[in-house]
Amino acid sequence: MSALLRGHQIATDDYVALADDESGSEGSRVIVSLARWLEQGEALAGRFDQVGVRLPNTVELSTIWAGLASRPLIELDFPAFADGRAYSQARLLRDRYGFSGEIRASGMAVVRDQMQSMARAGIDSFVLRADQDANSCLAALRDFNLAYQPAADRLPIVSALRRSAGP
Amino acid sequence: MYKYDSYDQKLVDERVAQYRDQTQRFLAGQIPDDEFRALRLRNGLYIQRFAPMLRVSIPYGLLASRQLRMLGHIAREYDKGFGHFTTRQNIQYNWPQLERVPDILADLASVQMHAIQTSGNCIRNITSDHLAGVARDELVDPRPYCELTRQWATFHPEFNWLPRKFKIAFSATTSDRAATKVHDIGVHIIRNDKGELGYAIYVGGGLGRMPMIAHRIRDFLPELDLLSYLEAVLRIYNRLGRRDNIHRARIKVLVKETGPAKFTEMVEAEWALIRDGDLRLQPGDIDIIKSHFDEHPYESDAAADTSFDAMLKSDSGFASFVRRNVHLHRADGYRVVFVSLKPLGGVAGDASAEQLDVLADLADRYSFGEARVTHDQNIVLAEVRQKDVYALWQALCEHGLATPNIGLLTDLICCPGLDYCSLANAGSIGVSQDIADRFESLDYLYDIGDIKIKMSGCMNGCGHHSVGHIGILGVDKHGEEWYQVTLGGSAENDASLGDRTGPAISRANIAEAVERIISVYMEQRQSEDESFLRCYRRIGMPPFKARIYAEPEVTA
Ligand code: SF4
Repeated sequence: MSALLRGHQIATDDYVALADDESGSEGSRVIVSLARWLEQGEALAGRFDQVGVRLPNTVELSTIWAGLASRPLIELDFPAFADGRAYSQARLLRDRYGFSGEIRASGMAVVRDQMQSMARAGIDSFVLRADQDANSCLAALRDFNLAYQPAADRLPIVSALRRSAGP
Repeated sequence: MYKYDSYDQKLVDERVAQYRDQTQRFLAGQIPDDEFRALRLRNGLYIQRFAPMLRVSIPYGLLASRQLRMLGHIAREYDKGFGHFTTRQNIQYNWPQLERVPDILADLASVQMHAIQTSGNCIRNITSDHLAGVARDELVDPRPYCELTRQWATFHPEFNWLPRKFKIAFSATTSDRAATKVHDIGVHIIRNDKGELGYAIYVGGGLGRMPMIAHRIRDFLPELDLLSYLEAVLRIYNRLGRRDNIHRARIKVLVKETGPAKFTEMVEAEWALIRDGDLRLQPGDIDIIKSHFDEHPYESDAAADTSFDAMLKSDSGFASFVRRNVHLHRADGYRVVFVSLKPLGGVAGDASAEQLDVLADLADRYSFGEARVTHDQNIVLAEVRQKDVYALWQALCEHGLATPNIGLLTDLICCPGLDYCSLANAGSIGVSQDIADRFESLDYLYDIGDIKIKMSGCMNGCGHHSVGHIGILGVDKHGEEWYQVTLGGSAENDASLGDRTGPAISRANIAEAVERIISVYMEQRQSEDESFLRCYRRIGMPPFKARIYAEPEVTA
């Protein structure tokens, strides 16, 4: 069973991921595919309490952002351990589109060794891969305590620290 | 030397701890093999033909004497007493034990070194001109810009899982000594016609199985926009680079398939949205980085020395060393001294622990405690007072480090090949030795003059064969070692890819083929001043081809 980490703790999942042919129970919180959302958005919004959307990692955000802006949750897909495309999607959602809802990572790369990069890119909830230990993954969020690049998390940034110290 | 501050040090120390934990979890069976592979590669650890190989990063090729000593210590303590300098200004160890790599990394961290991102599909070591800071034809010292870029690239959260490896090189001179046009991104530091400092950006160059010269996608990028522009290029690549086929995954393929014009448009559109964001440098940022580099107090009267010229006249051995291995320095009275790691019968780029220690001592004594690694796998002591060159030469002679062959035929580039590398089709070290054997006479080598032979044991092209004046590529033919030869490549400002001579040549005949190529050049050149490359460009392939494949058949 995969654990969910959210806001730096182990959480119970209040969303149900729906396959495209599943109807789900009325009034619940669900995550649907982008294709389904684009097709049935309004009907889904009426039927469920909350509707999150799962994006393929190949989608160009600028083409669909208008339809996503009001979503409470966007799930990003990491279909293989070494496929980093969704990192760029996460950063764009946070930095460019100012998305403030939950960005959830799921898939083969949601493991201890990628947790902190994901958090830095703006992902704030993690459906851990089934073989992962939740506490170890939480600890990984503190592997590094500062960073060279400005990003979506709150790590101190080296260039800013240096600027405030002066040359 | 760039000196770490507490932030740089903390990040490197945290990385050692992270990697130690990864190693322990792997050994405990908690990380699958293929995933640990990706993780260890991001720390430069390969599993090679006989043992793991660890690649240690030497940012833009610059080393302090205490770092050289540490490299010697690691060679002795964890390896068989040798290190191997690569064509990307790094050093590799061929015999470390996987279990002890975390200890090696901790030792490296104690002298401000690491193996971060020396392999794997991420942004690799930033390389530059080995004469940075001392070259007479230099606009500015490129190293602070390299360092800024290194920091931006280190643990970049978005770009650690790219489609393929990514290499960035900087140059700030009229003659490109950093082979920038065969990198994923080549940055040329320039001034525009208003006198402002900035960069020309080249993208999509590369060697390997699909060699390509980079396209210039921006003529002038303002100085403070460097990182945002790099980020824009990387973001386009991370999102759109191919991941379905490892051989088509480099950015050069994306640029080619998209078309350079359209690719440029995409980068510019992305950049327009981020150029005023957090990555835009502030005017003081570059000064802060510069302040981490040592200033070298040059002596103003160094040029008053007369002993250098006197020794040149009286010692012919010294004179031939100076002729090939000593270059002018931008400061009067100083010289740049090349230490050849290509002794006759030796392995290109290898240095023993003892030699590393000697180089450290000599750097301390004669060159402000610094040394550099070149793309041609040699070492440079770049800041030597002319009056010290003679004593330095004598010390180098004692340790087999004074071969006066820089830029000559025997100063060839050669990857580790079949002797070490698990990807190799063919040996390269043995071939380089065979070639060297045929050109033992120094007089003949001087007569031939400047020529770059580059050799790789397989298509991956770590030996940069496609940009060698003579390129040699190992290929496998029914389990035998054969060699594909190319002529006319260059990695400098006039960058070009070599042309194939014809069918591959057998192991037994490859050295003979090189000798024949050289004999054609020697007969055909218009004067001693016409280099091999220029001669080839003038007369073309036919005369070479005719000779190489003439009877007695070298391919037989
Ligand atoms: S060129 Fe091939 S054989 Fe040589 S080091 Fe690279 S991968 Fe190995």
